[in-house]
Amino acid sequence: MLAFLLRRLIQACFVLIVISLISFAIQDKLGDPVRQMVGMTTTPEVREQLREELGLNDGFITQYTRFAKNALAGDFGTSYYYKEPTIDVILKKLPATFELAFCAILLVVCIATPFGVITAIHPKHLVSRLIMLVSSIGLSIPIFIIAIFMVYVFSIQWNLAPSFGRGETTVLFGFWESGLFTKDGLSHLLLPSLSLAIALIPIFVRLIRSEMSEVLQSEYIRFAWSKGLSAPRIYFFHALKNTMLPIITIGGIQAGTLVAYTILTETIFQWPGMGFLFMDAVSRVDTPLISAYLMVVGGMFVVMNTFVDLIYGLVNPTVRLASHGL
Amino acid sequence: MKPTVIIVACLSILLSSHTLSATLRMAFDADPISLDPHEQLSEGTLQFSHLAFDPLLRWQQNGTFEARLATHWQAMTPSTTRFFLRQGVTFHSGHPLTSADVVYTINRLKHSADFRAMFDTIQSAKIIDDYTFDVISAKPNPLILNIMTYVFPMDKAFYQGKDEIVKYGETFASRHVSGTGPFILEKRELGSRMEFKRNPNYWDTASPGNVDTLISTPIHTDATRLAALLSGDVDFIFPISPIDIQRTQQTTGIQLVTMPSTRILLLHMNQTRRKEFRDVRVRKAINLAINQSLIVDKILRGYATPAGQLSPNRFLGHVAELQPDYDLQQARQLMKAAGYEQGFRISMMAPNNRYTNDEKVAQAVAAMLAKINIKADLKTLPKAQYFKEFDDRSADMMMLGWQSDTMDSNNLFEFIIACTDAKTGLGAYNASEYCNPSITDDIRQANQELNPERRLRLLQGIEKTLYQDSAIVPLYWQFLTWAAKDKVKIQDVINDRNYPYIGDLIIEE
Repeated sequence: MLAFLLRRLIQACFVLIVISLISFAIQDKLGDPVRQMVGMTTTPEVREQLREELGLNDGFITQYTRFAKNALAGDFGTSYYYKEPTIDVILKKLPATFELAFCAILLVVCIATPFGVITAIHPKHLVSRLIMLVSSIGLSIPIFIIAIFMVYVFSIQWNLAPSFGRGETTVLFGFWESGLFTKDGLSHLLLPSLSLAIALIPIFVRLIRSEMSEVLQSEYIRFAWSKGLSAPRIYFFHALKNTMLPIITIGGIQAGTLVAYTILTETIFQWPGMGFLFMDAVSRVDTPLISAYLMVVGGMFVVMNTFVDLIYGLVNPTVRLASHGL
Repeated sequence: MKPTVIIVACLSILLSSHTLSATLRMAFDADPISLDPHEQLSEGTLQFSHLAFDPLLRWQQNGTFEARLATHWQAMTPSTTRFFLRQGVTFHSGHPLTSADVVYTINRLKHSADFRAMFDTIQSAKIIDDYTFDVISAKPNPLILNIMTYVFPMDKAFYQGKDEIVKYGETFASRHVSGTGPFILEKRELGSRMEFKRNPNYWDTASPGNVDTLISTPIHTDATRLAALLSGDVDFIFPISPIDIQRTQQTTGIQLVTMPSTRILLLHMNQTRRKEFRDVRVRKAINLAINQSLIVDKILRGYATPAGQLSPNRFLGHVAELQPDYDLQQARQLMKAAGYEQGFRISMMAPNNRYTNDEKVAQAVAAMLAKINIKADLKTLPKAQYFKEFDDRSADMMMLGWQSDTMDSNNLFEFIIACTDAKTGLGAYNASEYCNPSITDDIRQANQELNPERRLRLLQGIEKTLYQDSAIVPLYWQFLTWAAKDKVKIQDVINDRNYPYIGDLIIEE
């Protein structure tokens, strides 16, 4: 276990180095950060001076070494726009994204699991066919269309939920700004988390259905039936538990999709989270913030995958981490 | 006791507290990058300056000046103007406003990288007494009042000693603010929200404005911004994309207000890169082949004015006769005469998120050029990348939008068509690399010509020369579009600079 975690840590470092190199390599293509700081009428001379002060005229190697040295000392640069250490800026926006993703995952679990199970148990039933039809439509509609449609219906036409922003928040433990404990905050969460969930639900319904129907064919389920166990116990305890194994793996991989989708959802709903921050940083050519964001997200991926592997071992003790090729 | 007096007193208290109770939630596309009014010369910063600060004087909708913190002014000599300051004005910090604050502010502006270009023309400011000061220009300065609209007095006692202007680091002034303006900043979440409360000690008691809480949220996506207005989450938005204008107009309870702005959209034909563009017949042919009216009608849905020159009609240099021409036949003949009947290939660049429908306009232009056999390889880029390319002048034809900071033609000429001079900053945006020394002389002269008649002749002369030379391709002057709930009377507080005077805004109940 310890060796496994250690190996993962080394992997994480490697991933971060590669990401930082890539993010540095593309910086030049993103535009000129100095242009974003000054007005149109500033003389080229002043702009050149600013570039020099910011060290933008140095070569790739010089810039990267400077960055790497600071990063080793825990300094990932200062955002041009926020004028604060980039990590602080990102961590401040983390709760908003985390709560959005958490609610979306909650919705996915609560909706996709029963639907998947129903379609697996009664594959020929009208309801199952309907669920499968809707899920294939859902798979093929891009998330921004879903989001814009929901804004149109729920906030413009029916006025049920606000169309943008995060609403009222409360501060937990002195640092975590939460929107989960006010009515206003929850109403603001409704549409973004729902559209994020809708983007992910179809694939999980299909996944649970196919895994479950396979499990339902297996010997031990037949044995359970002949033993006379109740149907709910067979379906929701024995069968579902074994269905979950591959789902967790896929779920872990889907976490990447979730990050990509949060960027879209946050942009559409003006949700003040990390994805929105990133889009903003790109349009403002806030290169230190862009690099830091990519590294934080990269780090999160590694952590998430490590967790998935650990949970995997818990759910199915026959899987040994060591023999997992990790 | 006189019961009527008491009733009247109570009623007036009730009424006054009633009128001052409105909340305005606004969503614009830009926000100030800093609380320091001198850090960046941008629309966002100036919009903020009009909330938390007051200018010495400001533009009115009819193009004249309105006295604000300066009550009146008078020219002492051709290069000295005396200003008289309003008395009894206090900053949000409680300090009283005096000439020392104004002089301090002007000196600070002279050190700001962004405002320096404008304030370099001012040599110094001198305190005469607590409420009088002189502004002295290096040379006779016809635009002194236009420039003074950018002076928003800062609280000297509050800022002094910690007032450095830094573009990429935290400073006292970028995080703290003390102005005289109608609104006091209560809370700021950078990039997502600003909350203001009305200044209870605001000097302008005659202002009809009744907004006492102002919440400003920048929303960058057009669709989200409009949805926020339509769903009632915000009351006042800017801008509206042309495709949404009709829908906004048809919505009950929502008003759409448009106004011509002074921003000119134009195309540069780079004469250094292409020898073809050095031939005036080719430039003329291009000007004739591009149908400005069609672009305005079809792509901007009528929300722009087709342009045949740089100066919009409220500027001194505007010449009414210079209209955009469209004549394909003549354009083809000119191309033939110039020996380019078979046409040629050019590279063309335009931004795709800077000006309204900029990408579509560029595509339309490319299609129009094809009619005279000029094949334009168009590349459009996000603004962050585009202006880097523009500075490098990396395409034969490039799009530019320009708004004159001084509301004067000469600013357009200085930046767009003067011969490029890296030292003075003249011609910094002259991607035509068109250089006409006589125009550059006229520009210099117009900068210190005090006689309005002679100045008019100079500026109009430049426009006429540009037209004859077909030096650039003027396209159109953009419109500004705002939308708000019907009860928010934005019509009275907006202007062609897009600095809404929210202090004077009335919201009806």
